Amino acid sequence: MTEIFRMNEAQPRLLDETRQGLVGKPLDRPEGPKKVSGRARYAAEGLPEDAAHGVLVRATIAQGRVTGFGHDAIRDIPGVITLITDDRLLRNPAQGMAGAAPCQPGSQVFYHGQPIALVVADSPETARDAAHRLPVSYDAGTAITDPATKSAQHSGEPETSGDFNAAFADCDVTVDATYTTDAQVAAAMEPHAAIADWQGDNLTLRGSLQMLRFNRDELADSLGIDPAQVRILSPYIGGGFGSKLGIGPEAVAAAIAAREIGRPVRVVMSRQTVFDAVLRRTETTQRVRFGATGDGRIRAISHDDLVSNAAGEEFFEPVSQASQFLYGAEGLSFTQTVATISRTPSGSVRAPGEAVGMLAFECAVDELAEALNLCPVDLRLRNIPDTHPMTGQAYSAHGLADCLRRGAEQFGWAERGAPGARVEGDWRIGMGVSSAARKSMLVQSAARVRLLGDRAVVETDMTDIGTGTYAILGQIAGEMLGLPISSVEVILGDTDLPGASGSGGSFGANSAGSATFLAAKKIRATIADKLGCDPAELHLQDGIARGGNVERPLADLVDGEIVQEAVVAAGDTSKSHLSSGFGAHFAEVAVNQWTGETRVRRMLGVMAMGRILNEKTARSQALGGMIWGIGAALTEAVEHDPRTGHIVTRDLANYHVPAHADVPGDMKVVFLEERDDMGNPIQTKGIGELGISGAGAAVLNAIAHATGARVRNFPALPDRVVAAMEAAGV
Amino acid sequence: MKPFDYQRAHSLADASGRMGDAASIIAGGTNLLDLMKIQVMTPSRVIDISRLSGMDRIEPHGDGLRIGALVTNTTLATDARIRAGWPVLSRAILAGASAQIRNKATTGGNLLQRTRCPYFYDTAMACNKRAPGTGCSAQGGSGRMLALFGTSDDCLAAHPSDMAVGLAVLGAEVEIRASSGDTRTLPVTQLYTLPGNRPDIETGLEKGDIITAVILPAPRIGTRQTYRKVRDRASYAFALVSVAAVLKMDGDTIAEAALAFGGVAPRPWTDAAVNGLLTGKRPEPATFERAAAHLVPDTAPHPETAFKRPLLRRTLIATLREASGLAGQVDTARNAPSGAPQ
Repeated sequence: MTEIFRMNEAQPRLLDETRQGLVGKPLDRPEGPKKVSGRARYAAEGLPEDAAHGVLVRATIAQGRVTGFGHDAIRDIPGVITLITDDRLLRNPAQGMAGAAPCQPGSQVFYHGQPIALVVADSPETARDAAHRLPVSYDAGTAITDPATKSAQHSGEPETSGDFNAAFADCDVTVDATYTTDAQVAAAMEPHAAIADWQGDNLTLRGSLQMLRFNRDELADSLGIDPAQVRILSPYIGGGFGSKLGIGPEAVAAAIAAREIGRPVRVVMSRQTVFDAVLRRTETTQRVRFGATGDGRIRAISHDDLVSNAAGEEFFEPVSQASQFLYGAEGLSFTQTVATISRTPSGSVRAPGEAVGMLAFECAVDELAEALNLCPVDLRLRNIPDTHPMTGQAYSAHGLADCLRRGAEQFGWAERGAPGARVEGDWRIGMGVSSAARKSMLVQSAARVRLLGDRAVVETDMTDIGTGTYAILGQIAGEMLGLPISSVEVILGDTDLPGASGSGGSFGANSAGSATFLAAKKIRATIADKLGCDPAELHLQDGIARGGNVERPLADLVDGEIVQEAVVAAGDTSKSHLSSGFGAHFAEVAVNQWTGETRVRRMLGVMAMGRILNEKTARSQALGGMIWGIGAALTEAVEHDPRTGHIVTRDLANYHVPAHADVPGDMKVVFLEERDDMGNPIQTKGIGELGISGAGAAVLNAIAHATGARVRNFPALPDRVVAAMEAAGV
Repeated sequence: MKPFDYQRAHSLADASGRMGDAASIIAGGTNLLDLMKIQVMTPSRVIDISRLSGMDRIEPHGDGLRIGALVTNTTLATDARIRAGWPVLSRAILAGASAQIRNKATTGGNLLQRTRCPYFYDTAMACNKRAPGTGCSAQGGSGRMLALFGTSDDCLAAHPSDMAVGLAVLGAEVEIRASSGDTRTLPVTQLYTLPGNRPDIETGLEKGDIITAVILPAPRIGTRQTYRKVRDRASYAFALVSVAAVLKMDGDTIAEAALAFGGVAPRPWTDAAVNGLLTGKRPEPATFERAAAHLVPDTAPHPETAFKRPLLRRTLIATLREASGLAGQVDTARNAPSGAPQ
């Protein structure tokens, strides 16, 4: 067993000393050509010749019990093989890092759209037809589908620091505003898919999954078998955004069916099923209160929220996560209320918490600035705390002030002018700002590095969900071992390899990157030993090792191969310090004064998120997050039927992710140079979610500045903007 | 997907003869295939007319044009004659769908596309249009994309086409070949029937009828034409409301006005009285407000379409301002708020 390296103290900045020059560079993804030429094999591809096809059957009641299936109605359809009704089928995917089976409801139905059976046939078309025609009888119960239903709600204990009520009552200027956000979905391009293939008692599952180490345990637990019998392959993932964190109904159903019929079975969710049965982001209602002195010092902060989930789920959107440490105050209070209802269960969707929490919170900061007649950038700058206002922890590296200042300067914030003052024809022009924050984490992660003379291989079950894992792990290993990037191969997405953190919570690069770094560091020690020098004196570059006045080709020092494995995990620094990415978003919008349509004209995100491993893939992630911010602010809304609770907007024509025309050509990202010594051994921070955190609020604050009217129901669809303008008389 | 027979028609007569209750014509297939995959439409026979010759041409027709039913939306929207003489049609088409879909979608198919009401699309939900007599789930359901005009208790659905709105405002006609071989024409606005108690019947087409062309009347020289579509994102979304306007100015008076509205009815919506309220009037806010007040109904048939009342009013006014040239002028109320920067 490899010893676990715990992050108990700051580590030397070794990647600033090495000489290969790979880390930080905007290198292309090594797997890119495969992806754009169709050679990257995704979960549903590479079908075994004798595979059968499964289609999930959905429940069409919101609450109750399945009392029977009309199997006879489909038995004789040519090509139909079997109907799987099994108590092990999943109600919904596992929550991230569960490591155990999610709800297996048997005949119970908890939401309209819940998978309740699998039809297996010789072709996907036949399976789909039979699933469509299968009669299902129910004993329907009474469902609560509206999160506003008081009897369905349960409030937690307030999380507090100081006395919020006393501080709030004593303030010169206060804001008390309530906001709503509609539910959202991840809408990954690749639908959820699995191919299950048994060899005796051993299962191989090709899936589209983000966290294989956990997924293997979840799949084994769901099936009632030993994890050692399960191998999961997920080398390429066509977008996850949290929707593929946990094992899903398609994987378990495929495994059960394949076992039963003795053939490989593929289950691919239709787009509609992805909407029905994959964890969504909850809708929210958020009340934000600020109290401040007349000169703009915040004294009281409260952020209370209402979210929903299905019965038995233990994930609750952490809406106020960033609100608890962004600004200082004497009194802070945060209360969450959860409604247990019959809708598609909710789970982690990119930046759970911040993505919607900061929409409301950062709009309320602007409302406070308006009430104080202060510049929104100045107000934020005046209230950055020295330590975590709830826990007293030190910040590991805190770049918010620099991001706000740099962004304001680069964006031309000084030209902003008064609200409602800038008009171009029928369009009103405005600028908005928002702070950005997203906690950075280190999760236990293992990696193996093999040095084979003049080339190296990195092996881990880590995943690449389109984020650039293949690129950055290669860069770290190449940098540490002094090899050009073309000489490093990265193998991912196979549970037979050392278990990594997986991709989620923006911790993948921190965690898998550190494990790769530590394994390569051990190899460096071996090389130094062979060269007869102290590791601190060792220099590796372009396949040459130098140290102690000796210079030798690396290949000459390696007899066969040098293999090292490392495991990293969080340690004392995660308790003593808060590690978070910080940033500032700026947006300029045009709002049509007649129709309420909003067009984002330009955006700038300035971000301090530790060491940047690959400037290109980091930028892509930041831009992608900002674009989602546009979606959250303007277009993305799941509609639920008020009676059944089911998702009405079940395809990408009706659930509106931003189209190209919604995204301005002028989108800029600036990274500030930063090292996070307390977060992990490679001084990085999570970057996957900072881009979305706060980005939408900058757009929404720009709408308020453009029109002089404040929209509080998000997204700001045209009619909501019209209603706000009419209410404000503008 | 339900198994079906695919048959390629050799001629219009052949296609017409093959039609029946369980058959569907396919041309571009951009809507039909989606509906077949989710089994909202389950034809047992699909008759492909896309290879019939001569139906993909745009030809002179008197002073106007005859547009073959198989002309693609892309070809039609980018045709130089259309852009010069009937620009509102080009704009309307380009406001819809995506480039890829417009490359496949045909003129005839666009007219006959089905509603995007989500309850029509979901076979688990009652829908009188999809399954007559089962009820209307949109009543009491989610209703953002539903209609404002022309609905009934049995159906609240809106027709989604932008192109049809452009054709309606131009007074275009649909050429229809009956199974007898006879050809007749109908104004585009009369192609569609309102739902009443038979929402499953959407047009006046008889069994065996095939749309063969659309006829554009002579260009209206001297008019200003525009198509304004408001939707939930900047592109690739169906209209919340849309306004097609053809205006002719005579000095500072509106000499001719034709309007048609999309996203608000089971067919391209027109209201002759609204056109009449504009004709002979000066293009000023009071004129536009009167027209809007006449057009917009006092109540919405579904609570979630209530927003379309103010949105339609505002979009109509904005469109009239643009088409009449008022939008470019400095006026006191809207265009020049105090404190405007230099």
